[in-house]
Amino acid sequence: MLIVRKVYLDHAATTPTHPKVVEAMLPYFTERFGNPSNLHDAGREAKNAVEEARAKTAALINAKPEDIYFTSSGTESNNFALKGIAQAYSQKGTHIIVSQIEHFSVLHTAKSLEKAGFTVTYVPTDPQGLVDPSDVAKAITKDTILVSIMHANNEIGTIEPIAEIAKITKNRGVLFHTDAVASTGWVPVDVNALGVDSLSLSGHQFYGPKGAAALYVRKGVRIRPQIEGGVQEDGRRGGTENVPAIVGLGVAAEIAAAELPRRMGHVAGLRDRLQKGLTERIEHMVVNGHPTLRLPHNLNVSMWYVEGESMLLFLNMDGVSVSSGSACTSRSLKSSHVLTCIGTDAAVANGTLLMTLGMGNTEGDIDFVLEKLPAIVQRLREMSPLYEDMVKKT
Amino acid sequence: MEQYSSKVMEHFASPHNVGEIADADGVGTVGNPVCGDVMRLYIKVEKDIITDAKFKTFGCGAAIATSSMVTDLVKGKTVGEALKISNQAVAEALGGLPKVKMHCSVLAEEALKSALDDYYKKRGKPSPVKLPESVGHEHEME
Repeated sequence: MLIVRKVYLDHAATTPTHPKVVEAMLPYFTERFGNPSNLHDAGREAKNAVEEARAKTAALINAKPEDIYFTSSGTESNNFALKGIAQAYSQKGTHIIVSQIEHFSVLHTAKSLEKAGFTVTYVPTDPQGLVDPSDVAKAITKDTILVSIMHANNEIGTIEPIAEIAKITKNRGVLFHTDAVASTGWVPVDVNALGVDSLSLSGHQFYGPKGAAALYVRKGVRIRPQIEGGVQEDGRRGGTENVPAIVGLGVAAEIAAAELPRRMGHVAGLRDRLQKGLTERIEHMVVNGHPTLRLPHNLNVSMWYVEGESMLLFLNMDGVSVSSGSACTSRSLKSSHVLTCIGTDAAVANGTLLMTLGMGNTEGDIDFVLEKLPAIVQRLREMSPLYEDMVKKT
Repeated sequence: MEQYSSKVMEHFASPHNVGEIADADGVGTVGNPVCGDVMRLYIKVEKDIITDAKFKTFGCGAAIATSSMVTDLVKGKTVGEALKISNQAVAEALGGLPKVKMHCSVLAEEALKSALDDYYKKRGKPSPVKLPESVGHEHEME
């Protein structure tokens, strides 16, 4: 029998739900189906489960359980933080600072706040994707109410100097939000060590279910609800809780906290093997991001003379799942705003592959990709007019 | 994004007519690497009939499939018939393209027109080909 190898290298898109997470969730669909808002036993049972998950989620990021608000997604958490804080503090000021490489759930929210009368400064990064804290300091005015810089970038994996920026914002009396959706569960995240006032995380990024995420809001920080209705989540987020998913998020947080050093070691080892192997086998390849301040499971590479989607499709035929950052996949035919910000040549940015590893990957998986990808790149280069021109020139 | 048709995947996985024609009678290169696609199309013409066509393409799945298809369609046609091949004809022959990929069929049509234009010019004839001002594809701006 032919055994077809399936290699999933797209953990930044989503992770499989951990079997222990699924197991913990299942009773909350059936025998423990109660609504946490109800006082009867069924309700109380669900309420207890939600509070237990809150404590576990808080523990993962060294927060107090009462500072955790469950939401439906990382996107909702970022919308909630930016809009909720901006609206609550609009009497104090209307200026916001974000980085140019934020996820669209921050960037598009910032654009929307601009339409609502706020002003936004978009700070750049260096070629490795790092925000310079002094750029943030310089951008702060007496009108600034909020800074939002992501903990780690979801495409190139660069880990930002959050603690340093937090010292500046604290000094200047400005609130600081960080989007830690890409980093939580993959590197230590400690809201006190980071010194942030709010932080977003999402369960399905680290073996939890889709549909459960959280926003941490430090006690004393005002935030306007964005989903209005009942008094769920301390009156800050209406709507009946997604109890099974929240239970799953809690268990995923518990597993992440317990196995974090092992998880980091496993994925970093495989990532380094993949990076080294590709560098040895493929000419004209660029590794994007920071060499050391990078998420341990992230590898983002750009190949000259070939286009990302074509590589992705050929890898998919070989059973390998990756992401591409090519313009041709996007509606606007523009390459990734992150690669544009770090100054990647637009022509090579279209030959980008994002490979993100996970606990299920093995050395065998990496060696399989090292066997397949160089051949795919070569095949595509042989049909590329840009490669032909380069060869003829040299 | 919508999925590709099976015909597109077939042409992408095993594209027809990949390569160069050393003594081509017409060569056209269109597109821009910044936008993600560059197509180069070669034609060989004998007694007004296109006897061979080859291509080299840098681009996505749809760009490679449309290059493969347009070179298939053009072979055996007269130069006049080839001039009438539209991007819709290329897309239809591939069983349709996702909406966001229609620009690839436009590029295939432009690559063919550019090669035909080159053919006329090489023969010292006035070219009836109307090339867009900047040969490349149109951007769907945000």
